[in-house]
Amino acid sequence: MDAFANAMPLQGFIGGLFIGLASAIVLLGLGRIAGVSGLAARAFGIASAGPPKSIAIAFIVGLPLGALVTSLLFAGVEVHFPESWFPLIVGGLLVGFGSRLGSGCTSGHGVCGLSRLSPRSILSTLTFMLSGFITVGLLRSGGFL
Amino acid sequence: MTRIAIALLAGALFGGGLAYSGLADPMRVQGFLDLLGDWDPTLMFVMGGALVPMAIAWRVQARAGKPWLEERFELPGTRHLDARLVIGAILFGAGWGIGGLCPGPAFANLALAPLPTLAFVIAMLVGMLLHRAITD
Repeated sequence: MDAFANAMPLQGFIGGLFIGLASAIVLLGLGRIAGVSGLAARAFGIASAGPPKSIAIAFIVGLPLGALVTSLLFAGVEVHFPESWFPLIVGGLLVGFGSRLGSGCTSGHGVCGLSRLSPRSILSTLTFMLSGFITVGLLRSGGFL
Repeated sequence: MTRIAIALLAGALFGGGLAYSGLADPMRVQGFLDLLGDWDPTLMFVMGGALVPMAIAWRVQARAGKPWLEERFELPGTRHLDARLVIGAILFGAGWGIGGLCPGPAFANLALAPLPTLAFVIAMLVGMLLHRAITD
């Protein structure tokens, strides 16, 4: 049996610790929620409320820098994209619109809000995970995966 | 200046964690959401790992009068559950499943797979602008 043949639980957990550590630094150092959709909207001038623009831009610029350093340090770090850009564009539109309408995404609701036991974040996280399961299930059933 | 450096450092740690954990890989995200296929539980462990420092941080925050580098905490205080929250999460989850990316990994991947990621990031920003246009 090759159950969960592709899983990497330890690497996932360690990477998760760093995501949580970064969120903790933003909370305790800067007094804010490390929500990437909100910070991105602020950095690109889409949202008028939120942290100072310079803070938001610095955080967003840090994301690819950290990923780049990690990919240079560890050989196994790689990403696999679909060949077509169509799902990326459709997915991007929905993620952008949905995260603003729902006041957050995987980081703000899923990590920061869930650990705070915020009722809104618990509902959001359960909903977007269920929606993700159903969406991918439909893609699988329709022969798109 | 210190605050900008700390924000950059936090972003880099966040992006590094995303890349290392596998959450930045669209195929792994879809593998996690693919209950009917060859299910990949890795993202459960990523979530578990991320919640540990944050659960501690909230306990520290509850006792701290103010953050280290700011005068006060600026945290969301909304508590009511509404349709916007649920509909937003439904659309977000669908996009996450279709594209295999959420906002954090989208920016992190600009360093790992620039071109396809740029397509996603531009579409995501357009989606955010559409939301602003509708709600204004």
